[in-house]
Amino acid sequence: MWFFTPEEKEIQKVCRDFAQNELAPFAEKHDNEESFNLKAFKHMGDLGLLGITADPDFGGSAMGATAATIVMEEFGKACAGSTLSYLAHTILCVNNLNSNGSLAQKEKYLPKLISGEHIGCMGMSEPEFGSDAVGMQTKAVRNGDFYEITGNKMWITNAQYADVVYLYTRTGPGKKDLTTFIVDKGTPGFSVSKEIHKMGMRSSPTGELSFDKAKVPVSNRVGSEGDSLTHMMKNLEIERITIAGISLGIAQACLDQCIKYSGERKQFGKNLANFQLIQKMIAEMYSETEAMRRMLYTVCYEFDHGNKSNNLASAVKLQLPKMATKIALDAIQLHGGYGYSREFPLERMMRDNKLNEIGAGTNEVMIMIIAKNLLKDALRD
Amino acid sequence: MNDFQKELVSNLRKFCESSIEPHMEHDDHEGKFRMEIFRGLGEFGVTGVTLPEEYGGAGLTYLDYSLILEEIARTSVPYAVTVSVSGMVQSILQEFGNKDQKEQYLSELTSGKEIGAFALSESHAGSDAANLKTTAKKVEGGYVLNGTKMWITSGGIAKTYIVMARSGGEGAKGVSAFIVSDGMKGFSFGKAERKMGWKTSPTRELVFDNCFVPEENRLMDEGQGFKVAMGGLDKGRVAIGAIGVGCSQRALDEAIRYSLTRQQFKQPIFDFQGLQFMLSDMATETEASRLLVQSAAISIDSGSANSKLCSMAKLKATDTAMKVTTDAVQVLGGVGYTSEYPVERFMRDAKVLQIVEGTNQIQRVVIARHLKKEYEHHA
Repeated sequence: MWFFTPEEKEIQKVCRDFAQNELAPFAEKHDNEESFNLKAFKHMGDLGLLGITADPDFGGSAMGATAATIVMEEFGKACAGSTLSYLAHTILCVNNLNSNGSLAQKEKYLPKLISGEHIGCMGMSEPEFGSDAVGMQTKAVRNGDFYEITGNKMWITNAQYADVVYLYTRTGPGKKDLTTFIVDKGTPGFSVSKEIHKMGMRSSPTGELSFDKAKVPVSNRVGSEGDSLTHMMKNLEIERITIAGISLGIAQACLDQCIKYSGERKQFGKNLANFQLIQKMIAEMYSETEAMRRMLYTVCYEFDHGNKSNNLASAVKLQLPKMATKIALDAIQLHGGYGYSREFPLERMMRDNKLNEIGAGTNEVMIMIIAKNLLKDALRD
Repeated sequence: MNDFQKELVSNLRKFCESSIEPHMEHDDHEGKFRMEIFRGLGEFGVTGVTLPEEYGGAGLTYLDYSLILEEIARTSVPYAVTVSVSGMVQSILQEFGNKDQKEQYLSELTSGKEIGAFALSESHAGSDAANLKTTAKKVEGGYVLNGTKMWITSGGIAKTYIVMARSGGEGAKGVSAFIVSDGMKGFSFGKAERKMGWKTSPTRELVFDNCFVPEENRLMDEGQGFKVAMGGLDKGRVAIGAIGVGCSQRALDEAIRYSLTRQQFKQPIFDFQGLQFMLSDMATETEASRLLVQSAAISIDSGSANSKLCSMAKLKATDTAMKVTTDAVQVLGGVGYTSEYPVERFMRDAKVLQIVEGTNQIQRVVIARHLKKEYEHHA
């Protein structure tokens, strides 16, 4: 985009090269095997990307939503699964710890997470509380210098690899009685109970976390009891914006591949590019992708300049993933049998992108939020 | 549905639920086809539905057939596809085969003992099938086939293949149709495709390397191959449409059941109007597709297939299947994305319905051609 700073343009270049060299060539293999590209993840640490929004005192790069979204887009073009794991680590875990943790907590946890020595995840959803996350039932009960945590967290990206969990729990019966903790791998009573097999994002590990009276020291409580909602509210926007960035990458990669294929594939004696139906598909893919790109990066720009809008972040999260699923489906269609086979990355991209319509707040939750914001006054009676 | 159809569908549902459903999740994961399931469908009597009884068929209508395919697809799109492709081979043999060919090949296909497959596409000839390159060179007593066929449904599991090859010059008129059996010298199977869906239905390359096919295995005269290939089109399209309806119906069933039991914000998610709108649209589109497929099937049963209607049925029912299965994953949310529920499998299976048996772009071209003809005619 024309308004990217020189620093952001540099990030774009570095990430594009990295993604094409270290993510794209292995994406198919990790998708097939449902395995994690750990080597690439560690290398992201060497490049200084794992703490992109975090404080430089702890190794972070102190950049904004624009830079983080650029990373998502570039990585998303190559391997959305690896990108989702990157997002769970950098945005859901590191960014939250950076903005809500105490100095001591940040000193203890951030340097290792940002260097890539440790991997982080966040625990919010539960089997019975997905869209209704605030209803969560995982309980933390204080017992002297410790809390005993009991319950299950579902759909946890990076669960199997995580050294650190940024965890939301319930400490009282009220809606707002939610408290945040940092839980270390190896804490007695804490285990990863099951691996979840998914349609897409298969190179991003997903698991369930089990807590059975897990003993977590009071020093690992983030803020005070009852602070979770405030913590959540602080970073909702950037979480929604960055996941939309993955969908932008997917849409762009699909469009690029369609343009290439239309110039190569011949039917009825002509390149596909000569058929008006194909031209329509490509022209529409382009218009949709550009509309979304400009919406997304404009929202990023405003965010970085102090105008955080819950509604715009939700609108971006609603539109981008929906659009990318449509574009990926059309891209498969344009490639016919080849698009459906695993020789081309399109069917993987479609499967991967579907998750973005569900994770980090479903489309339906985005609709609820936007409607609630817009209709605040109208809803009074 | 009349009483006979109701009973047929209800018994078939029981069979599918007890004999196919328990394997589907596992077999989708492993890419495993089970011959015993297909033969079970044969014993049930649904592998030769529209063929006359004298060839071991059930002698039923295409309307009955559409109900049967829909029902099988509700449990398994890949098995419904195997049945429909084998069924298409049978109707081609019945329509274009001579007496000996019918006697030799039909009964083992109608009974479901063996599977039939149809080989037209090649790597550079997909939608543009008349451009195929596989050659059939005339020799003493028959033909020698050379070339590679691609995207062949049931490749490797079928015994009888109808293969289109070029025996003459360029274009559609140079193509002849041959019956090739598994095991013939010079006929082998190439790579098995790794696909997004239809994982229990193998898709493979067929490789012909100086494969001798005796003269009596040619269907019709030389140069009539394209006529043979096109002869099965309308029926094939209605069949894929019916499978699309089954696919949508299953996704809809799963979405409604789930939304009635899943509670969020202290109420079943079905009670949210946002979901009600989605589910109502899904149900309406599914029903509209079903009626279109059935109306196309009835046109076939009437003796003069309405090609425009058949293309519309294929187009609408498969676009609907894609949309409804995608929305079903959305209704189930996170669990819909996992293999614990079948909706993501049906979504992956739905996509290729928009590609096979004439891509949906080709259906639009066909429909437009009919529209032009109709309007020019009336002008």
